[in-house]
Amino acid sequence: MIALLRRDLALALRSGGGFGLSLAFFLIVVMFVPFGIGPNSATLATIAPGILWIGALLACLLSLDRIFQLDYEDGSLDLLATAPLPLEGVVAMKALAHWLTTGLPLTLAAPLLGFLLNLPAGGYFWMFLSLLVGTPALSFLGTFGAAITVGLKRGGLLLSLLVLPLYIPTLIFGAQSVTLHLQQLSNATAFSVLAAISLFTFALIPFAAARALRVNLR
Amino acid sequence: MLSVTNLGCRRGDLRVLSGVTFRLAAGQALILRGPNGSGKTTLLRTLAGLAPPDGGHIDAPEDEIAYAGHADGLKSQLTVAENLRFWAQMFGQRTIRPALDTFQLAALANRQAANLSAGQKRRLGLSRMLVTGRRIWLLDEPTVSLDSASTAVFAAMIGDHLAAGGLAVIATHIDLGLSAAQSLDITPFKARPEAHANPFLDGAFT
Repeated sequence: MIALLRRDLALALRSGGGFGLSLAFFLIVVMFVPFGIGPNSATLATIAPGILWIGALLACLLSLDRIFQLDYEDGSLDLLATAPLPLEGVVAMKALAHWLTTGLPLTLAAPLLGFLLNLPAGGYFWMFLSLLVGTPALSFLGTFGAAITVGLKRGGLLLSLLVLPLYIPTLIFGAQSVTLHLQQLSNATAFSVLAAISLFTFALIPFAAARALRVNLR
Repeated sequence: MLSVTNLGCRRGDLRVLSGVTFRLAAGQALILRGPNGSGKTTLLRTLAGLAPPDGGHIDAPEDEIAYAGHADGLKSQLTVAENLRFWAQMFGQRTIRPALDTFQLAALANRQAANLSAGQKRRLGLSRMLVTGRRIWLLDEPTVSLDSASTAVFAAMIGDHLAAGGLAVIATHIDLGLSAAQSLDITPFKARPEAHANPFLDGAFT
């Protein structure tokens, strides 16, 4: 399993577009908001958590179709499916590799970009924490979408349409756990639900995605 | 060792083969013959467990099957040694040196797979079989883009594998000169089109 994770990380580093692309996209989306909304710092402060979450979510989408498509095209996926590692393990490692190359860098960059959006001082910690807990769910849900659309020519758009609705709960509770804190309300419920969604995807997605892959490999 | 009884194979919704029956003992090879589109690849994918069998039995020891398809499964951004080492680790093997030496890949070990020729890629793809440590090899057109010297090396590799008690099922059109090989023409196993496969299409094409 570790071998697969290391290979995927090495591939993401060497082919470019792994770490850099999503991060640059996130940066650009977030930087565009003040241009569009105007420099009113009170308005920006209100919408900052939501914008950061939406930006992270869209940046996460960018690299989803690469999770299985490249392995499918060069035949590695067939070989992985006949290897001793169960397909569920393959899926979990692929999702983890995706998170390490997109979700984690986005999480680390978010507080910095929060500064650009005039995120109030009390929000930085929760922004970081909510993304740290929530982005793995984005990677796992996306892996499921990628498993369903693998083998489709130009499945990228369909993948986005499939996956975006599944992202809604994570978006709501992720952004709320920051916003509620900024409004001096308790965000314990929102944050717990966010964590619960992530745990739920870890438990369920490897099996669902492996099943979808088996169907697609026939 | 590998015993197949009355096996049916499907490709998508299409029944391709039915009633495939053969037995292979340790040290034997089976050469699959048949024209293009006769179902050799489908049979190999079914044996590998990538496609579910459409009736019939495959009797093979658990976790002893290694499959090599048309595509070599190489990552062009990784070097030859890294590609091979990855698969060795996936199959729990430690050393890749013998596999590198078999196809004279040692000199290319640090070259990126993107810069290999088609024949070199194939050699790397085939040497992957040696790091699986598995006994039943399923090979789909293994000699495509190999030159005659490499084909001879490949035949010798299969010979060694069989001599060590391994098995191989190979779909190929060329004669590998294996003494322990049976040949199986799969044309007679071609499945008849299903009558009334889809009740909604009954009479649609008559």
